[in-house]
Amino acid sequence: MEKVKAAIIGSGNIGTDLMYKLEQSDVIDLTTMIGIDADSDGLIRAEKNGYRVFSNGIQGFIDNPGLADIVFDATSAIAHVEHAKILKDLGKMVVDLTPAAVGPFFSPAVSNKEDNSKLDNVNMITCGGQATIPIVNAVNQVANVKYGEIVATISSLSAGPGTRANIDEFTITTRRGIEKVGGADTGKALIILNPADPPILMRNTVYCEVEHMDEEKVNTAIKSMVDKVKEYVPGYHLRQDPIFDENTITIFLEIEGAGDYFPPYAGNLDIMTAAAKRVGEDFGRLMLDEKAAVQIES
Amino acid sequence: MSDGKDLQLTEVSLRDGSHVVAHAFTEKQVRDVAKSVDNAGMHYLEVSHGDGLGGSTLQYGRSLVDEMKLIEAAVDECKHTKVSVLLIPGIGTINELEQAHNLGAQLVRVATHATEADVSAQHIKKARELGMEAIGFLMMAHSVSSEKLVEQAKLMESYGAQAVYVTDSAGALLPHEVREKIRAMREHLDVEIGFHAHNNLSLAIANTLVAIEEGATRIDGSIRCLGAGAGNAQTEVLLAVLERMGIDLGIDLYKMMDVAENVVGPIIQGSQEIRKGSLVLGYAGVYSSFLLHAERAGKKFGVDPRDILIELGKMKVVGGQEDMIVDVAADLSKKAKERV
Repeated sequence: MEKVKAAIIGSGNIGTDLMYKLEQSDVIDLTTMIGIDADSDGLIRAEKNGYRVFSNGIQGFIDNPGLADIVFDATSAIAHVEHAKILKDLGKMVVDLTPAAVGPFFSPAVSNKEDNSKLDNVNMITCGGQATIPIVNAVNQVANVKYGEIVATISSLSAGPGTRANIDEFTITTRRGIEKVGGADTGKALIILNPADPPILMRNTVYCEVEHMDEEKVNTAIKSMVDKVKEYVPGYHLRQDPIFDENTITIFLEIEGAGDYFPPYAGNLDIMTAAAKRVGEDFGRLMLDEKAAVQIES
Repeated sequence: MSDGKDLQLTEVSLRDGSHVVAHAFTEKQVRDVAKSVDNAGMHYLEVSHGDGLGGSTLQYGRSLVDEMKLIEAAVDECKHTKVSVLLIPGIGTINELEQAHNLGAQLVRVATHATEADVSAQHIKKARELGMEAIGFLMMAHSVSSEKLVEQAKLMESYGAQAVYVTDSAGALLPHEVREKIRAMREHLDVEIGFHAHNNLSLAIANTLVAIEEGATRIDGSIRCLGAGAGNAQTEVLLAVLERMGIDLGIDLYKMMDVAENVVGPIIQGSQEIRKGSLVLGYAGVYSSFLLHAERAGKKFGVDPRDILIELGKMKVVGGQEDMIVDVAADLSKKAKERV
């Protein structure tokens, strides 16, 4: 089967884990890894695995734009703002794993695929957002969420320096995602770092206050959404049955990572790269379909 | 030892006590307390949701009255006392800090778990830019070594914190441990050192005295022990003890006794004496605000709240993880049923 060529910019933890995930894709053909440090573990591993490697940042791709039609950006918000302009001019589809949010927020379990053909840049929100927003959305579909609140608890070891230096970016961006993608009228997000050793798995608690409570419908909606997310994040599961208390539902989730580049406790990082892979594949299929349609017409 | 002139006392009942009243302080209560402690000469008065700015949530309990309204009311009543706020990064953001600053809050204590100081950089820097006093607050200090505490405190110092607190959130520290920790901090830091006690093992005042002996100059108290768990160092008692030791903070003891009796006393519905729940917090090293949540979850799931707290202690749960209380209670209840 024909595949869509792709590149990753950013050879840090997220970029490297994504590289291992994309290796297993039947839609995406990863060709290139771009970083700014030739000695970084990510670029060394990429070279070993036979990918084209550039250590001069986006310039490497500007000089060789034919290497990819989809570009995954796993750098930083500031860098992505610059990359987004360049990649738009080059006509590339971009999956943005930074908090820059140049394009619309995206969760593969929620967003409407039919509208996707017009998009050329989508943002992956935050790890806590990817873990919880599908659930808020599922509850919202059947019960109308007036207020959605999430608590993401991650192991200290899995929170990188970028997250730590700008933790407000996490809480504010996730809150906006709960509202825009989850569909809650008002959202709120909390993040807690836990240093326990051995490290804890990522846990997420979702609270929804709803207008129309129907326990059976809500339960079914939550369980089918968990299955949907499980398709691309196998370690995603409920820790308890949802708890119902008048108009409030509490949902306990836990994520065990796939252990590709990060250890399994880092479910927060795993769900980011797994969701990005899924989004890239969805867009990849769309691009292959369009190409096939053009060929039939001509 | 200090003669008191260099000591700064923060009254925390209107923040730490928020847990005790399920975050239901009224504007009148806040005005009454603020006015009377101001009149007694209190240095700082902390006003915020129990879990700091932005803490009004389903996870921790919603505020009856918007904390910004309460901060505004306290500022309005205080002529000399400076109003302080608490901010826990991950819960509150710079947006709430700016709001509180605009309402007249003059000091912020930026609180992180004892090992996670680096999440406080942006908030401490922002507070200093705004012209506020900024203080670091290392919570659950009992759970780490002195070396770790010093390392983390130095980070906060490097971000611009003007003091760093050893915060005994669980009320678990013993006097010799307080001595060792404060001494290590004093040796390695250039900025002021603070100490925040909880009275779960009835050591809040003893520990505070040890901290002062070792050079801590920022101390906390709550009138009538109106703070999470069994409360903090009881402010009016601490003042009396310090006076007997010849340490004069310039705060009127008689007036503070009256505030305790006539203003704060009537706010407290239950009792702040050390009962089995708060004793277990100190014994097992669990974050003090978990107490009421554990009691509620215990009732709901038919398990002993002490078992929940002990389990949370074993799991090394940190401040803010209130969702774990229900999760653990549900697990314990399942296990109990399986045994039957």
